[in-house]
Order: sequence, then C-alpha cells, then structure tokens
Amino acid sequence: MPDKNLTTRTIVGLEIHVQLRTRTKMFCGCAVEPDAPPNTCVCPVCLGHPGSLPVINRRAFEYALLTGLALNCEIARRTKWDRKSYYYPDLPKNYQISQYDLPIAQNGYVEFEVSGVPRKIRIKRAHLEEDAGKNVHDVPGCTLVDLNRAGTPLLEIVTEPDIETADEAHAFCTELQRIVRYLGVSEANMQKGQMRFEPNVNLSINSDGKEFRTPLSEIKNLNSFRAVRNAIEYESQRQEAAWLADPAYVQGNVPNENRGWDDEKGVTEFQRLKEAAHDYRYFPDPDLVPVELADAVIAERRDSLPELPASCRRRFVSDYGLDAKDAEIIINHRETAMLFEAVVNCGGPPEIAGKQFINVWLMLANDRNVEVTELGVEADRMARLAKITAAGTVNKTAAKSLAEVMVERQEDPSVLAEELGLVQVQDRGATEAWVSQAISENEQAVRDALGNPKKAKAAAGFLRGQIMKISGGKADPKLVGQLIEQKLEQLRSDT
Amino acid sequence: MPESLDESTVRHVAQLARLSLTDDEVAQFSIQLAKVLRYMDQLNEVATDDVEPTAHSLPITSVFREDAIVSSLGVNDALSNSPGAHESMFQVPKVLDQGDS
Ligand SMILES: [Zn+2]
Repeated sequence: MPDKNLTTRTIVGLEIHVQLRTRTKMFCGCAVEPDAPPNTCVCPVCLGHPGSLPVINRRAFEYALLTGLALNCEIARRTKWDRKSYYYPDLPKNYQISQYDLPIAQNGYVEFEVSGVPRKIRIKRAHLEEDAGKNVHDVPGCTLVDLNRAGTPLLEIVTEPDIETADEAHAFCTELQRIVRYLGVSEANMQKGQMRFEPNVNLSINSDGKEFRTPLSEIKNLNSFRAVRNAIEYESQRQEAAWLADPAYVQGNVPNENRGWDDEKGVTEFQRLKEAAHDYRYFPDPDLVPVELADAVIAERRDSLPELPASCRRRFVSDYGLDAKDAEIIINHRETAMLFEAVVNCGGPPEIAGKQFINVWLMLANDRNVEVTELGVEADRMARLAKITAAGTVNKTAAKSLAEVMVERQEDPSVLAEELGLVQVQDRGATEAWVSQAISENEQAVRDALGNPKKAKAAAGFLRGQIMKISGGKADPKLVGQLIEQKLEQLRSDT
Repeated sequence: MPESLDESTVRHVAQLARLSLTDDEVAQFSIQLAKVLRYMDQLNEVATDDVEPTAHSLPITSVFREDAIVSSLGVNDALSNSPGAHESMFQVPKVLDQGDS
C-alpha cells in the first residue's frame, strides 16, 4: 500500500567480538595457535575435565581494561565471572565463562567520522569471555570437534542502538578496528575471525504520525566491513517490504529472529526465532574469584594509553594542515601515522610530506605489497625529499621518480637528484629552448591552443606535458607555464 | 511452594540439560525438585538487608596467571577419554547447527 507520509528510520546496535592478542588462552596456559594441528593446544582446563581449575590470564585482563578505557567506559572497581550454560559439542564444559552483571567496562562512547561528518556512538558494555571450539561437519553422519580455539580470550563489545545507516555501521566498525590495533590488544584480522560483528537491526516506521517498530533481526556470520554494510542495507529494505506487505509485521506481534548473511547471494536468511532462544541460566562461577581494581591502577592505565586514531586525525588536520581525506588515510594504520609524525619531526614540511605519503610512499608500498614502514626509507630521508620538493630543487614528478630510487638505494635524495639529473632547471634560456622545441614539434596542439576555444585548455596542458618530457622531468612547471603563455600570446599577435 | 513442581518446568529443565525423562521420572522429579526449592526458600527467611552480595565464598580477589605458554596434553591423551575420535578430532553424533553460541 503506497503511503505518501511514510518515513523510515533504521536502528542498528552492534555486538562485536574481538580476539585479544595473547600468547595463551583466557584461563589456561595452552597456546593460542590458529594454525596448529587439531586438538594439540588443549589441556584439562580447556577440555573441561573434572577437578581442573581456570586461572585468569593477566594480559587478557589488562587488554580488556585498556580497551574499556579507550572506549571512554566506566571501569568496574569489582568485576566477576559467570557461567553461561548451553549444550553444544564445541563447548566442552557445557558452559562458557563470561561476565554477566558486572562487566569490566560500561557506559562509554566512540567518536569518529562518517565521510567527514563527526558521529558519536555510545558503548553499552564490554566484557571478557572465552571462545568456543570449532565443529566440522565434513564426515557424513557425525560432527568432528577441534578444541584448539576453545578458551581463546574474547572481548565482547556491545553498542547502544545509536547507528542509523549502513555507512555509519561501516565507519564505526573500521574505527573500532583501528582503536584495538592502535592499542595493540588485537590483530583484529577479520579473515582470521579475530573480529566478528553481529548487528541487531530494526526499523522505526512513521506513517501518518503513527510509529511502528519492526521486529529485531540479529545478523550472524559477517566477516568483512563490506558484509556489515550490505547486510544492514539489505535487512532494512527487507523489513520495510515486509511491513508494507503486512502492517502486522511489528514488534510484539512477531518475535525477533536470528538471520544469517549469505555473502554470495547478498541476502540475509532466516535461522530461527528468538522465542526459542536459549535459557542461559547465568550464575557466578565458583571456580574464579572476583577481580578488584584500585582507582590508582585505573588512573595509571588511563595515562599510559597511546594516542588514539581520533586524536591523530584531529591533530593532523589542525596542526599540520592536512586535508581531512588525506589525514584519514594516513591515520588508518598506527605505524603509518607514527612514521608521518617522525617525518614532520625531522623537519619535513607537513603539507608536502602529507601529499607525498598519499601520492608517493603509500603507492610505492602498495605496489610492493608491503607496509610503508617496510619500504626501507627512514623518516629522515622522507623529510629531506619533502624539503627539497618544497624548496623547488626538484619538482613533484621528479620527487616521485626519486622516491622510487630511494627505496632501492640508501642515498640522500639531494645526492640522487644530482646523480640522476633530476634537479629542477630554473634557467630561463634552457627552459625557453624546450618550449620552442615543443611548439615546433606539435603543430596541431598549437593550432588548438590558439584557435579552438573548446580544446585550448587541453592543448596547453598537452604542450606543458611535452615540455616536461623533453626536459627529462627537470623543467620547473611554474616557469614552463609562464613561458608557454607568453609564447602562445606572441604567436596569437603574430597571426 | 507447592508439593510438586509443574511438569512443563521439569521437562524444560531436563531439555536444557539434554536429559530425556520418562513420564514416571517427570512425576518423581517434580516432587524432588519442589523439595529442593522449599529448602532454598528457607534461606530467603534470613535477613540479608545489611549483607553485601558476594560472588565467591573465599576472602581473596584478583588471582592471575602470567601469559606464558604451558605445554598442552598432546592429541593422544586429549582424545583418550573421548567416546569417539576420527583422526585427531573428537567425534560426536551429528548436531544440527543452531546458529548460536
Ligand atoms: Zn588449555
């Protein structure tokens, strides 16, 4: 039924599981080793043998604390452990150790940007828990279980339902990945399952002044940022269509449901109704004592936090004059941001150094399939290249060629520029000769530049390119621009 | 608290623990579980208004271990108590994916 007065708002909350970067499991000394042969990293504790006792991994707890602080959360002075009971073969104890009513962190927020517009999403809670093992179904008639992953430390982060678009969810997830990587608490590699997302999606539909809320869908199996965006987009369209087809498709009438994301088909598929949800029977785990945190410890950890991406982003724009877009790219990886900072500290003019990061260094790294920090060019030499570019010793194009050589050879860029003849020629006579040569060799372009208003601009650009080429990249583009205008002006008055 | 727990609750609890009960057993446990719950009710009579909730009976907190690898059991020992094994995996009856964890 078409409806003129229909507005639809998407409401999304996210549950994110982040695998913490520890050597050993959450409650035992077994190695966290995803590539180990099946069931080689297991012991009586993570197998749930009777009489075995879990003991908290200090590093996992510290990492959870740091993440809670970075997410601007209130940290619990006292936190405890609870058993979440359910039966499944990948869960050897028949319960998962988790934190129910006293999570380590609560009531925080994340500030980030969506296409340059600031956004703030509230964090409801973050708590520690252990991962399950893996069920394998490739033998007919039975299920095989590998328990290497059972007991791996996870931090579950839950947002408030503040996210309103698929793009916002995408940007939030990206920022969260950056935060945990800046902190060094997780590799957050999505292909390896170290960061997993479960959006809860529904709609608030306003029709002729009346509000309708569609049932919540919890979407499972998302393992890329793209999947998060596409699944939310698909799900909000599906729910709107479902409500339009049947206005009784509202919360209270229809139960919430779990849906799985099929990446190939690009659709969410029904899994089960939440009505049949497990009864987890949480209760305090008698095997683990609570953890108490002194105010002084929390304050000390807060002071020790590294600079986070949001602050880097702000600072690079306000202090160094970078474009918001360029800053976003440079802060994406902490190592890149730190290297850029080092280049500036070595005296590299920030704006030129920033452009060279985007157009030269990151591209060279990308071509070679390495990180920019692995190019073998130290901050000092990058700074010197930015300096000689700013001084006009080399032009931008020559700087790019120089950078390529700097990756291969541990030489100073000024020395290389001399050796390779890339030093910009400021000599007026030499430049005039190049201009004359280009003009005599490109008659058609000259005719267009003089007589065809539609093509004049392109033709002049073409001539400039030819001159740079004749000069071997050494001409000063500014001087070339001036001289070519003069020359064309002269030809115009001659005819 | 009545003399017996209602049958649907007993069946629900049994299902959660993956136990299959005969009708006779359901009747028997209805009475037994009600007794247990009555016993727990006695605790509710104690005045606890001034008592801090505890999560643990021991007067200790914050027990950690360092993040250092300890050698694991080894596949053979790990699988030795399992009713079934296939190569180096635990083997169990086929489960239908409930899509949850
Ligand atoms: Zn273990």
